[in-house]
Amino acid sequence: MDNLLDRALGLDGRGDRWPLLGKVVLVEDCVETGGAFVVHHIIKRFLSPQPAAASNHSLILVAFSQPLSHYDRVLRKLGCNLVAQRDHDRFLFFDMLNLRFPGEEFRDDVKTGSSVLVSLFEKIYNAVRALSAEKNCITIVIDDIALMEVVANGSSDSVLDFLHYCRTLTSEFDCSVVALNHGDIYSTTEKPMLMLNLEYLSNILVRAEPLATGSAVDVHGQLMVFNKGEHDGQGTPGSKVHNFHFRVKENSVDFFYPGGRG
Amino acid sequence: MATPKTRASSFSRNVPSTAAPQMPGVKSGPNGTLFLSSGISDLDKILGGGFPLGSLVVVMEDPEAPHHMLLLRNFMSQGLVLNQPLLYASPAKDPRGFLGTLPSPVSSKDDKPLDRDSEQEKGLRIAWQYKKYFGENQPNSNGQRDNKFEFCNEFDLRKPLQRQFLSGQRVECMSTQDSPDLAALHDRCATFLKQFFRTDGNISGAGRIAIQSFCAPQCTYFDKEWHVLSFIRSLRSMIRSSNAVVILSFPPSLLSPSFSKRLQHMADTLLSVRAIPDEDKDLAKLLTGYQDMIGLLSVHKVARINTQVPIILEAATFSIKLQKRKFLVLECLNQAPVDGSSGTSYATSGSCSVSSKGGSLDF
Repeated sequence: MDNLLDRALGLDGRGDRWPLLGKVVLVEDCVETGGAFVVHHIIKRFLSPQPAAASNHSLILVAFSQPLSHYDRVLRKLGCNLVAQRDHDRFLFFDMLNLRFPGEEFRDDVKTGSSVLVSLFEKIYNAVRALSAEKNCITIVIDDIALMEVVANGSSDSVLDFLHYCRTLTSEFDCSVVALNHGDIYSTTEKPMLMLNLEYLSNILVRAEPLATGSAVDVHGQLMVFNKGEHDGQGTPGSKVHNFHFRVKENSVDFFYPGGRG
Repeated sequence: MATPKTRASSFSRNVPSTAAPQMPGVKSGPNGTLFLSSGISDLDKILGGGFPLGSLVVVMEDPEAPHHMLLLRNFMSQGLVLNQPLLYASPAKDPRGFLGTLPSPVSSKDDKPLDRDSEQEKGLRIAWQYKKYFGENQPNSNGQRDNKFEFCNEFDLRKPLQRQFLSGQRVECMSTQDSPDLAALHDRCATFLKQFFRTDGNISGAGRIAIQSFCAPQCTYFDKEWHVLSFIRSLRSMIRSSNAVVILSFPPSLLSPSFSKRLQHMADTLLSVRAIPDEDKDLAKLLTGYQDMIGLLSVHKVARINTQVPIILEAATFSIKLQKRKFLVLECLNQAPVDGSSGTSYATSGSCSVSSKGGSLDF
């Protein structure tokens, strides 16, 4: 089913190939307006039964934010059964929520933090290599980068290195990478290097913001989608910015232009 | 869609609204969540049932007023009255002293605030087209009245909690002032939460943790931001797999904005309290009942566990009042009738939503 977000992300094509292959999607949100629903939507589109092409889609979810039970319930309402997908090796869940350092957590040990990310990347790399050997189309989802910074004890260099390495996977194995980050954390920093680098790294930027007029029951916020590689109708390469409003529901999300609430 | 629906999905589950709770003090909510009461019935209603088990509630303090203590006190008393173990941590040298200020629940023979009438009155005031926005909240309040005292009590702030509730192993206290780092608090919380580890079967008990003035300047870890965040991250992961609720208050004005934002993002439920300046003539003109207000409570985020649908409140800021000088109530802010001669416009309507670029009063 076609909607404004799918169109903006380029997911409305008729081809068999997953359109986000080899692309990095960055989703930014803020305290007032959460952007997790965008990530859920992409997960659902990637994993949910489509014409035969989806049978080789595999998703790796690196979850710092919520336990599997949360994602499972949310995605189930959206029409995607994560537990069943996991049983078929189509879904790998990296539980980073329960990652705990035995007693070393509160020392000034930057090395511990970055070594966690190094070993995490190793795990991801091995998983991707194993999956791509079976000619699978892979998406890596990271929820979320702000918590990854906490795990790395504030070392944004380690986080940036990690994300750069993930990006190499997009060229080496044609994976997609989808990451969620909280933009408002960096809004007061003078030179938010991590944020700027992330925005530069990504091919598609999706930003969820509250409405200027405040929250409303019918319209939960607005999305800005900046698709850097989008070609306009004439075939000339360019980038396109899409703006529209959304309302999040249990089973789906409504996207509509301002005033076009159906 | 011609008919507006109160439910977001077209499939509505047949959950009876008066489902019996597995145990007193715990109420079941949507999406397989269980609620604990905050100790303030108005706040429970605003949040759609209470604080979900496994969630982290963060209260942003106002350094000019101790209103966050009101929230903490009611939360703690509610737990003790319902036999839910409590771990309390504060920067004070002797945290146990605070327990003497916890309010006592009113017994049924005392007079209690009659909210029944006001609820019925509300029904008359709501115009028909706005009923759909209230539909979601009503089933909770109707079914709850009978089981009210098994879940949420009214507390008399002028009477201290009886000694019997404070004795025994139910209450643990800890001072955060002297520990060199957060490891001690972390271990204490870990040990406490072990008894509430969540399994797939019926829950055996629920617990509460109250951490007051986290990151207060007198704590040695005050400037170690990443340690603090690491602690909160770990606490959050422990609480997710426990049948407990953590309420944590911190002073955002004393921390760097990005650090404060990170903390806010880690919260499941985010509240803030603000002082009301005394004798503010402009405010007195703007709001009804200004003289009775002792502070403002804002709800920034409501916990969304097992669901992606945000809870959008009609009004996000409420006035904190003491009814009969005893009971803590939260009221919607009502704009005072505009005096014809003053000429102020109805630019901000009384029940309007929070504006992100709003002024000092967002209501």
